[in-house]
Amino acid sequence: MTSKRKEELRLDHKIIGEMVAYDSSVFDVGCGDGDLLEYLVLNKKVKGTGVEISEAAIYKCVEKGLSVSHEDIDTGLTEYPDTMFDYVIFNQTMQQVNKPKEAILEALRIGKKVIIGFPNFCYLKSRFQLFFCGHVPVTPSLPYSWYDTPNRHFLSIKDFEEFCDMHKIVIEKKYFITEKNTIRIFPNLFALNAIFQISK
Amino acid sequence: MTEKNEKDLGFVDTKYFNIPKEEEFVLETGIKIKELKIAYETYGKLNKNKSNAILICHSLSGDAHAAGYHHGDKKPGWWNDMIGFGKAFDTDKYFVICSNVIGGCKGSSGPNSINPQTGKPYGLSFPIVSVLDMVNAQKKLIDFMGIKKILSVCGGSMGGMQVLQWAVAYPEVVISVIPIATTYKHAAQQIAFDEVGRQAIMADSSWNGGNYYETAHPSAGLAVARMIGHITYMSYESMENKFGRVLKKEKLGYEFSTEFEVEGYLRYRGDSFVKRFDANSYLYLTKAMDYFNIQNGKKLQIAFKNSKSRFLIIAFSSDWLYPPAQSKEIVKALKMNGIDVTYCEISSNYGHDAFLLKIAEETKLIKHFLDKTFKNTEKKSDK
Repeated sequence: MTSKRKEELRLDHKIIGEMVAYDSSVFDVGCGDGDLLEYLVLNKKVKGTGVEISEAAIYKCVEKGLSVSHEDIDTGLTEYPDTMFDYVIFNQTMQQVNKPKEAILEALRIGKKVIIGFPNFCYLKSRFQLFFCGHVPVTPSLPYSWYDTPNRHFLSIKDFEEFCDMHKIVIEKKYFITEKNTIRIFPNLFALNAIFQISK
Repeated sequence: MTEKNEKDLGFVDTKYFNIPKEEEFVLETGIKIKELKIAYETYGKLNKNKSNAILICHSLSGDAHAAGYHHGDKKPGWWNDMIGFGKAFDTDKYFVICSNVIGGCKGSSGPNSINPQTGKPYGLSFPIVSVLDMVNAQKKLIDFMGIKKILSVCGGSMGGMQVLQWAVAYPEVVISVIPIATTYKHAAQQIAFDEVGRQAIMADSSWNGGNYYETAHPSAGLAVARMIGHITYMSYESMENKFGRVLKKEKLGYEFSTEFEVEGYLRYRGDSFVKRFDANSYLYLTKAMDYFNIQNGKKLQIAFKNSKSRFLIIAFSSDWLYPPAQSKEIVKALKMNGIDVTYCEISSNYGHDAFLLKIAEETKLIKHFLDKTFKNTEKKSDK
């Protein structure tokens, strides 16, 4: 991971940190090394838990004092009762989920609110690479080549908004992120990443 | 097993606790035992508020001697790699207790101990014990030590069953639990393996209805039982890596002697086991495991309803005796109850034995889990 990408992810964490209420319960789906969860526990006093498929990442989470479960995202969601959490977070994991629609609907069942952060496939430079260079885009938010990407699904901000509309999902908040800042105009063109807060 | 180093405990002794003579120990079946004895060892120091106690529960063939060295022994206790200065169970910080289960044969009351009413070994007149009975006996020991809350109860295999039983039977007492490579109930396959082991013992004519303490012991039967056990503790891959088809001699002799390395290994394991284990105890303990079912007629989720402990559940990918799927069912039941649970499936080729071998991985998990749990309790007691 380049330092640039790390910085940008920290901006993600900051924004999600602002979205999440104090003392709330948070379930981080695909929590990785637990950096975001730890950030939320320290800064928002949340009761946090997560699910993660990588064994190495589980050790890092436990080292941080987090309670996490070593499981597949797709099965890890179904094991909770309704409205168990105040927030279910997919930060940079939705594009790797096997069945995104099912996962989002399950998340809306077990969480009162769902926060989803994903890379925008229709970012200007991606379009440029695709259109003029004839390459599948490689950008700071989509840094992988076709042959080693963990990403299964590619979506844009517009695609996600249409998905919510189609499934009568309420978009409560949305943030669009470039390499260093948040932006408001023409996000589908200029944003590298998007973060949505949705509810039923 | 690592070489002896500065992290190891020095010499340790097994101690004995007798429940007061006027007190009877009531078993799950309602049967009472008089003069119950519990063998135990402790490592580290109990702090002033008695808030740093950790109970280790041993597996089928284990005993109270979990760490350090007995005088005259070359080998340390069975989980020496995990218990000591700066180890997973850090004896600089924690007071670690390990006791021999009742029904066992390493100092606690069991079929080979003397029945005070007859002056002879109990044999099969020793009452059937359950995992709950083992736990209730440990509770007596903890009470005797004046410990009101246990920071953590940890154990693998049959030890893991005791851990789960603690969480369900004494939710107010156990702050955290660490069940490893275990199950919430014995399934048909697990009962089946145990039954073959028991039949091997009982088919040995020396067994004599369990009455053999003054004659030859049913060593052949017990050795076969142990051989079957060992097969279930390994995996296809670990056996292939360790033995393959390697021969003991240069070529096949076409005879019924020990020809393959794997045969020699199992015989060696069997023969060394009979020197240190009582055949009747093997019958009693395998029975206790077969009876073990934390559900007790309820849905698994309901069984854990009252649990208040933090859970760290560890399973091993190649463990086919207690497969990770059984641990995952526990994880699910806990999640449905909103109980704080961490689950890790450690990748390993060692099969069930991994819980005694994957020390580095277990240490990473347990050390930090305990650290967090201990800090939480200290914070609470400050308020």
